[in-house]
Amino acid sequence: MPKDMSEDKGASRKRGETARKEPRLEEARLRQQAIGVRLRHMFEEVVNEPVPDDFLEILRRADDKGGPEGGRS
Amino acid sequence: MRGSTAPKPPSSDDEGFKKQLVTLIPHLRAFARTLTGDATAADDLAQDALMKAWDARASYQMGTNMKAWTFMILRNQFYSEKRRSWRQSQLDQEAAERTLVAVDDPEAPVALDELRQALDALPAEQREALILVGAGGFAYEEAAEICQCAVGTVKSRVSRARKSLLGILESGGYARDGRAAGDAMRSILADADRLSGPLRT
Repeated sequence: MPKDMSEDKGASRKRGETARKEPRLEEARLRQQAIGVRLRHMFEEVVNEPVPDDFLEILRRADDKGGPEGGRS
Repeated sequence: MRGSTAPKPPSSDDEGFKKQLVTLIPHLRAFARTLTGDATAADDLAQDALMKAWDARASYQMGTNMKAWTFMILRNQFYSEKRRSWRQSQLDQEAAERTLVAVDDPEAPVALDELRQALDALPAEQREALILVGAGGFAYEEAAEICQCAVGTVKSRVSRARKSLLGILESGGYARDGRAAGDAMRSILADADRLSGPLRT
C-alpha cells in the first residue's frame, strides 16, 4: 500500500492502532464494513442472475421496428 | 418522401450501442430490484428503461459513461411511474412485503432479509444514494449524475443512510417477526466473513 487513498482506507490500514485508541469507533467501522459487504452481495446476487429472455427479445424486436412486425408473441 | 419518419437503417454505431446495452442489463435489473423491492415490477421497470435507452440512443454520447446514463433513465422512469400510480402505493406496499418474505436463495441467511427491511425504512433518496455508491460501485460524481443532484448532496445522503442503517440494524427498529433485537447485526457480522471472500476477488 503506497499511500492512503481515502480516510476509509487509511483507517483500515491502521486498524490495530485505532482499535487500541477507540474500541467503539473500531467496532462501528467493522459493522459498517459488514453492512457494506452485505449490501454489495445483495446487489451482486441479482446481477449474477441469468437475464430473462424478454430482455434480449426487446432489443431483437427493436431491430425489426421499421420492417413488418414479426407477428410472434 | 421527407414527411415519413422512416427509422434509421441499422448502423455500426447502433450495433456497438446495443452490445454495450446488453452488458448493462444485469445491472439495470439489480438497480430496479432495489428501487421497487419486487422482482416482477423490477423487471418491468428495467425493460421499460431498456426500451427508453434504445429509443434515446441518438442522444447518448459515445465514450461517456453509459452505465450511469442508463441508470439515470431507469431512475427517471421509476419516479415518473411512481407519480402516475400514486394510488397503487398500497398495492406496491403489499408486493414489497411479499418479496421481503420470499427470499429464493435457499442459502440466504436471515441477514439478507433484515438488510432489505432496514433499507426499506430509509428515505428513498438516501436508499438510492447508498445503493448506487455502496452496492453499485459508482463514484459520488456518477451517483450525482444519475440522481441529478449535487455531489455534496449524494455524499451527505450516503453518510446519513449509513448511519441510519446501522442504527436500525442495531436497534431492530423495524417490523420483525419476533426475533430478538440485535440479531440482525449479529448475523450480518457473521455473514461478512463468509461473503467477503468471493466478493473481493
